[in-house]
Parts: sequence; structure tokens; C-alpha cells
Amino acid sequence: MSTVVIYTIITLITLGAFAAMVLYFVAQKFKVFEDPRIDEVEAALPGANCGGCGFAGCRNFAEALVRSEDFADLFCPVGGNETMAGVAKILGREPATQDPLVAVLRCNGACEFRPKTNNYDGTATCTIESALYGGDTGCQYGCLGHGDCVEVCQFDALHMDPVTGLPVVDDAKCTACGACVRACPRNLFELRKRQKKDRKIYVACMNEDKGGLARKYCAVACTGCTLCFKVCPFEAITMGTNLAFIDSEKCRLCRKCVPVCPTNAIIETGFPPRKEQVQTESSSVPSAESTDNTAEPAGDKDISKNLKKEE
Amino acid sequence: MKTFSRGGVHPPENKLSATTGIQALPPPQSVKIPLSQHLGVPAKPAVNKGDMVRVGQIIASGDGFVSSNIHSSVSGKVLKIDNELDPTGYKRPCIVIEVSGDDWMETIDQSTKLVKETNSEPESIISKIREAGIVGLGGATFPSHVKLSVPRGKKAEYLIVNGVECEPFLTADHALMLEKGEEIMVGTQILKKALKVKKALIGIENNKQDAIRHMADLARNYDGIEVFALKVKYPQGGEKQLIKALLDMEVPSGGLPVDVGAVAFNVGTVFAVYEAVQKNKPLFERVVTVTGTSVRNPSNFRARIGTPISALIEASGGMPEDTGKILLGGPMMGKAVGDIAIPVIKGTSGILLMPGIESKRRKIQPCIRCAKCITVCPMGLEPYLLMPLSEKSMFDRLEENKVLDCIECGSCSYICPASRPLLDYIRLGKANVSKLIRTRKSQ
Amino acid sequence: MSKVITVSPSPHIFGNLSVNRLMFGVVMALIPAFIVSVVMYGPGAIIVTCISIGSCVLFEYLIQKYVLKTGVRISDGSAIVTGLLLAFNLPSNLPWWIIIIGSLVAIGIGKMTFGGLGNNPFNPALVGRVFLLISFPTAMTVYPKVQGWNTPYIISAEEIDTFTGATPLTLIKNGIKSGRGVNELLEASGLQYSDLFFGNIGGSLGEIAAFALIIGLIFLLIRKIITWHIPVSIVSTVFFITGALWLFSVEGHEAVLNTLNMNLPVIQTKDANDAIVLFHMADPLFHILTGGVMLGAIFMATDYVTSPMLPKGMIIYGIMIGVITVTIRLFGSYPEGISFAILIMNGFTPLINRYVKPKRFGEEVKNG
Repeated sequence: MSTVVIYTIITLITLGAFAAMVLYFVAQKFKVFEDPRIDEVEAALPGANCGGCGFAGCRNFAEALVRSEDFADLFCPVGGNETMAGVAKILGREPATQDPLVAVLRCNGACEFRPKTNNYDGTATCTIESALYGGDTGCQYGCLGHGDCVEVCQFDALHMDPVTGLPVVDDAKCTACGACVRACPRNLFELRKRQKKDRKIYVACMNEDKGGLARKYCAVACTGCTLCFKVCPFEAITMGTNLAFIDSEKCRLCRKCVPVCPTNAIIETGFPPRKEQVQTESSSVPSAESTDNTAEPAGDKDISKNLKKEE
Repeated sequence: MKTFSRGGVHPPENKLSATTGIQALPPPQSVKIPLSQHLGVPAKPAVNKGDMVRVGQIIASGDGFVSSNIHSSVSGKVLKIDNELDPTGYKRPCIVIEVSGDDWMETIDQSTKLVKETNSEPESIISKIREAGIVGLGGATFPSHVKLSVPRGKKAEYLIVNGVECEPFLTADHALMLEKGEEIMVGTQILKKALKVKKALIGIENNKQDAIRHMADLARNYDGIEVFALKVKYPQGGEKQLIKALLDMEVPSGGLPVDVGAVAFNVGTVFAVYEAVQKNKPLFERVVTVTGTSVRNPSNFRARIGTPISALIEASGGMPEDTGKILLGGPMMGKAVGDIAIPVIKGTSGILLMPGIESKRRKIQPCIRCAKCITVCPMGLEPYLLMPLSEKSMFDRLEENKVLDCIECGSCSYICPASRPLLDYIRLGKANVSKLIRTRKSQ
Repeated sequence: MSKVITVSPSPHIFGNLSVNRLMFGVVMALIPAFIVSVVMYGPGAIIVTCISIGSCVLFEYLIQKYVLKTGVRISDGSAIVTGLLLAFNLPSNLPWWIIIIGSLVAIGIGKMTFGGLGNNPFNPALVGRVFLLISFPTAMTVYPKVQGWNTPYIISAEEIDTFTGATPLTLIKNGIKSGRGVNELLEASGLQYSDLFFGNIGGSLGEIAAFALIIGLIFLLIRKIITWHIPVSIVSTVFFITGALWLFSVEGHEAVLNTLNMNLPVIQTKDANDAIVLFHMADPLFHILTGGVMLGAIFMATDYVTSPMLPKGMIIYGIMIGVITVTIRLFGSYPEGISFAILIMNGFTPLINRYVKPKRFGEEVKNG
């Protein structure tokens, strides 16, 4: 009995020692030198592997960062300036800064504004429907509502609103990784500068049809009437093909364009209701936003309607 | 009897309009002629708003080699050049012409007399075909002059004439062969001359006995034309399948038919070639089948390009009450459209009105790996595998599994007992993989 | 146009195949075997089958509804097929609670843990059967004697010797172990080939009558539910391997067997003329007609989900099942091995599917 035990122990020890030796030599022989800073940088990155930086994963991005001299075109939209500052510290370079961005959906064609003209019965993904035809409404530019964007969002920042049939961006969770921008076959998502308190003013329409036609199929389409273009004091609005566009870099959130839009195609979010603003003015306590907000009370109805929609 | 060896399905044939002949449809009130009716670069408009045009006049010129001229199908005034809904389901540039009278260009020989002799050289035949804006009328709408210009280093040996018409319901080619058999024979001789080949093979499926007999009778008077009856099997009308059936040669993966020495044309195209070369008539009308189980008079019309499909539906007895789906083309590969203002284009072989009950898809069930899709795939692919790969964006493995060979015949989705939308995803995968290959090439 | 037009990608027509139809076809094909089992085993066969089907469908329903919450899809008929096949692999006197445990394992572990129909790597009915075989070896290997309608479902312990018997395979396995020749054993038991063919033998419900199973096979082939590849390759592999060994098993071939180093139990007996004859193998016909080879090859191994998809892969799969079956029968401790063989090869199916590809169109360029 004891001999069996002894032999077993000896055999196992010999085997173990042999395996250890083999492993040691293999590890020595095939050792790959890697900059230790890559590991450090990778640890400093968010680790979401979302691809927002343009690389396949955080590790690839870390390698690129270590190689790069000046961080040109390298930025982690998810981690933002904080993360990039951390990376710059590790590598001993100047941090690159970028304004934080947030994704917005440039379509407001909810079911109630944009009636269906036919019935789509194929596979329920936007890409497949978009490859087949202009969509089940008269607007060939608008949201198809199958939620390809929701599917790709890794940060749980996109959800389909069952009432409107449109995806809703959760500003708090959106990291501007750009996955939805790439996923949308209609290019409806735009990464816009994140303003304070997540305030946004944007044209929620991509319809390039002529005004009458656009409105025929969608009550909230931008008709390209140029009223907002004329009213904007900061030249932030440009006119494309029958379509207005508000540049988030230039926009100062004055809200002048919102009430003039005849179709409510311009959406403002994150602002307090205008009526309340009148109250704050009357109580002569200037709030932070009243300084850059000089909109007339005109068009209150439209705005409250818009706000309701946003809720 | 010949047929292709791998895969294939047998959908119900439903050739309702096989014996009705071809009726000429008068020009409508106005036509919408899309600038992109062919594969390749869209044509550039050659007329302006307000211009008067005549039948057969060039209104848009093919820009670049793989492109095609577009001719006015009516006479009248150009109302506008604007984005209009075309068969792709998107609004794209179209020339809208208001019809007044029917004033043809005087160069066009309008008589129905058969002109047999042709003295033209191959080069002038090809340039005439190009001038006339002829594209493949089977549905792919590939410009014919490109097909006729055999790349250097390759040699065409056989001309294949495709009279298979394997799609259920459609009878446009069938009717054309019965009525214009002689013209098709002359057109075949012209194409043989243009390609400098000695032999032409006409393939017709066995469900068109009258056409086979008629064409075989005619072929006796012409040198080097042989008519073959083929066993009925979908998708025999596919270029690669037809070549396999007739010549027992397989077009290599990613290659062209000319790689095995064959060039294939649809009978409709051959007839258009005859008209272009012998009668100087450009391609501005074509035979369109209007059919469907509830259509009052399923018929074949010779319709002008740009005619709204509503006019054709009207002419065949009006839209049936139970219509649930409107297809351009047959039920296997046809394209569903959501609007009846869409115009007929060069590639429209038929209009099929499907009853509402038939138009709904069935409930999707999980794949049970019955391998029916592999059995029926004429290209030897594995649709059951390609679908999840495409769904999960695994493009490398899609490419490895030859997704680009798919001819989108729809046999897999047709047969699937679990009603899985295999082709939807394979098409998506094809688009993504070819995009990937393009970016790889551009780098 | 008041009506709303439907738009969808092509194709727009669909064939008349459906999962239900395929499953229903399999059930139809199993009916002859069921009739034989009722004729041979009486009420027990009906009781076992009903409990098995009922509990399989019930478990599938409960799991889909309350555990997976994927929506109930019992109408596709796959649970009925699983239940029926499980019953066909059980003796007709199996207590009801063992059948229910088997159904739970078959549906719950064999199928639903992997996500339900289409995702299970192993044949659920076989998972259930093998689980029972290992857990309740006595109950699973004691088969009632064929007594027609009079065969009792519940057999008391005192009567067990009167009413139950072994399967021909067990008979031979035990006999060889005890040192008796095959011919002698078969003669002693009075078995005829016609008994094997028409089901007058002990065994599981569905496996006894080869002719009923062959009728089912013909039905499946005509309806194009399965192809010939898997059944034919399994049966012929079993036939040829046992046949080859059987040919060697007559006198004078000991040397060959010794060089092959096959540790076959060799038994020497004397025939009428006192010559020494070696008997250690039953003939190949006996091997393909007894046990579960027919049932396994026709109904269990051809399960769509767990078998390879291409003819070439199917043949590889079938041959391997045949080899493993014969190996277990001749050298293993179990008298029958087809269940294990099918389960083992089920595990290799994804690998076979991965590497056996169809011949692509235009892959080999023929110019001429």
C-alpha cells in the first residue's frame, strides 16, 4: 500500500517538474516584448470595447495611443477628456481635449405625424427595409423604427418609444461612441456638442423633398422655408436641400428659431418651460439660463406641445 | 431532357396569360422615365424642361461605358425633371413628359415587314445596340453593349438565348416567342455576328410546348441555331443555371459567363436587338405581363417605358378587390412596390397582383436544420448558416462561405419549413461583404 | 386606393412545407411500429406511450411558458415526436413515474436547457432514455415476454420470472459470458428470423418489429422527410462489420483474429460429427434485426437538429454510429450500443457540419 502511495507521489512530482520546465522554456523562447505602458493605458481606458474611437477594441486603441506622438485623431469619446488626461499623464504628453458630444435623432416622424402608406412585412430591421424601398411611410428619409440603433447601443442609452415608434436617446447614458450613427441606414443620428444641462436645439428632420411634398407625408417635416435661417442671430443655421441644419458649435441656444418654425420641426429639450421663465423674470431672480435666453413669449403653445412630446 | 444539376424548386407555374397574345397599349397621358433603368451609372438628361420631344428621341445619354441611353417613349412636352418614385421604391431623378399625339422619329422603320439581311459589321452592330439603349430585358438590366464587348484574352464560343422564363405567372417571353419568333431568329443571327460565334443555343422550358415547336421549326431555316427543351425547374432562367443546363459548364465563382465561352441574352433583348439594328428602333417599349389569380384578364401588353403601372392594371380589367401586394416581376424574384404611380421601366417583365391572403409572410420558427435550403440552393451554398452569420455581422465567415455567389433566387426562403427569412439576411450580408471588399480594394 | 398594400422582400410565395408537417410525417411513420407494439405488448404499450407523450408535451409547455418565457410553441409537434420516440425506447412495463422522469430529462435537460427546438445538440429522446438506462438499470432492461393483449402492465415481484425475459442481444451477451456458443443459445431460445422481423421478441416498445420500422422508412423517404443516407449507412456498416467478423469466426481463422488482436470471446463446440466449430458471433442479419439498430438508424439518428446536413456528412456520421454500435455490442458491457453511438456522434455533428461543405457552383472549372 505505502509503495503505491510513494510511487504515485514520485510520478506526479516528476511529471509536474517536467511540465514546469517545458513551460518555462517555451515562455522564454516565445516571449514577445510589449511596451508595459500599453497595459497601463488600457487600464485607464473605459474598457467598453465599443469601437467609438475607430479601433476594434480598447487594447488596439491603447497600442495606437502609445505609438502616437501627439494623439492626433485619437480620442476616446466614451471616457472623454478625463480619460484622455489620465492617458496623457501615463504617457507624459499633452492631453487632447474635445467637447463632449451626445447623439440626437434627427427625425420626429412619430406615428401620429407620419401616417403609414403601406405595410412592411419583411424582416424587422431598418437595414433590410431600407435596402428594399423608401419605407412604409411617404417619407424616404425618416426613421424606420425597427431599432437597429437600439440593438447596437452598448450603453443602454437608446430605447424605442412604443407610442411614437422612434428611438429615444438617454442623454445621461449616451457616451457618443457613434455606434448608432454607423448603424442607422438613414444617417439620422448626429453627434452634437453637449451643452450645459443637456440642452439641445436641433432640426429633427432629414427630409430633402420639396416643402409641400415633405409636409404631405409628415406633419412635422422641415419644409426648407428658411424662416429659422433668417431669424438666427448667430449664423448657426445653414440651409441644405430643402432642409435647415443647426450647427451645434455655433448655436448659442437662444431659442429664437424654435417658435418661428411653422411645422415644429425644430426641437428644444432640457429648457424650463417658457411660462416659468416669465415667472422667474418677474420675481427678478435672474437664473443662469435667462442670460443667454432672450426669446419672446410668442409661440408658447407650440413649445409646450413640443415639450409634451419630449416627455 | 436537359436541366441544371444542383438544387432548384418547383413553385406552382400559374402561367395564366400564356395564350392571350400581345396587345399594344396606347401611350398614356403622361410618362415618367427614370434616368436609371439599368445597372451602372445613371444617364444624364439631354433635354430641358419645356422641350418638345418625339418618340424615339434620346432624352438622356449614357454616361460612361457601363451605362445606357434613354429614349423618349412618347411625343410631347417635358414637364419636369425631378425626383419621382421609381421601381426601386425611392424617389430618384425622372423625366416627366406630357403626351400629345404619337409623333415618331422619321429614322424609325414602323412597318412590320421582316428584314432578314444585315450587312453591318460587328463593331457597327454593337454601336447601334449601344445607341438604342438596349439592356438585358430579363430583369437584370445589364447594358447589352457591355456584354457584347468581350474582354481581351477571352473568347466567346456560344450565344445562349434565354427563353426559359422560369418565374411563375410571367409569360412575356413566351408570348414574344410565339408572335415574333422570326424576328428573334434574325436577332440571334445579328448577335452571333456581333460576337463572332458560330453556334447559338435557345433554351425553352418544357411547359411552353407551343413555343418550343414554333422556335424549332423556325430554327431549321437558320444556320447554327439550335432549340433545346429544358426540364421545368426554377431558377433555370438564371444565366449560370442556363449555361450549366445547356452546355454543362459551370461559370466559375465570381466570374462571368464569357469565362466559359458563353454569352447569354434574354429573348426580349434579342428582339430589341433586331428592332434596333434592322428597324432603327431604340428600346422604348417592351412586353409586360399583367397577371394574378384574381386579375380579370391576365394579359401581355406592349407598353411604353414610363407608363404608370396603374394604366396597365386598368387595361387588364382593373385592380382586383382583394389585392394585397403589387409585384414588379414574378413572385420569386419580383419587387414589391407600395404605389401604382410607379412607371414601367426597361427591366419590368411583369406586374403581378397578389391577393391579400397570399401576401403575408408566415410566422418565423426556429431553424430545425432540415437542410432543405442546402438541397435547393442552385449555387451550392448553405443558407441556414449564412443567415445567422449575416445577422451577427460575421463578414469574414460570410465571405469564406461564398455569400457573394448567391443569385438571390429565393429558393431557400421558398422551401424553408420554418418560414425563416433566409434571403433577407443573405442579401444584407451580400451588401455588407461587397462593401467590405470595396473598402479593402480602395486601401 | 383605400387598401394598404403590403411590401416585403422577395420571394413572395412559399412552399407548402412546415415544421408541423414534417413532425406529423414522422409521427405517421411511427404508427406501424406502434401498432405492432400494441399487438405484442397489449395495454402496457398504450399506457407507456400516452404517459410519455403527455408528459413531454406538458413539460415543454410549462418550460416555454414559465421558465424560458419564449412563447408557447408546442403546436410544432416536436414534443410529440420526442415523447413518442422516448416511449419507443422504453419497456412496456415501465412504472409511470420513471417515464415522467425520463420525459422531464428529455425535454428539460435534453432540449430546453439549450434553448428549445433547433438548438439541442443531442437527441432529446435519447438523452432521456440513456438517463433512465443508467439510473434505473433493472427496470430498463427487464422486458415483458410477448403475450399479446394479455401482457400485464404491472408485474409484481413474484411474477417477474414468469412474465419477463431478456432481449435476444442480452441473451447472447450473457450466454457468451457464461461460455456457451451463439448457435446453441439461439436454438435453446427458439428464436426464428421471422420473430425478429415481425416483432415477436422481447425489447423496447418500438424496436421489436423490423418490418414496421422499414414501412416507416419507406414512408419517410417517399414524403422526402429524410434522405436514405443515414439509415442506409448505419445499417450497412453494422451489417458489414459484424458480417466480416462472423466470416472469420469459423474454424481456421483463429490466427487471423489473433493477429487482429481482437479479444473476442471464442467458444469451441462440437457439431454432429464431433468436429470442433468456433462460435462467438451471431450472423450479421441477426445483428441488424435485433436491438435498436433499425429504430435508431431510421428515427433517432435522422433527427434533423442533431444530425449532419449534407449527404457526405451524413454518411460519415452513419458509418461512425455503426462502428461505435458494433464496438459496444461486441466489446462493451452493455448488450446494446446504438443509443450511446448516436449520442456520441450527435456531439460530433457540429464539427462535421463545419468541415463538410457542399460543392459550390463553379468551384471546379470545367472547360470543354
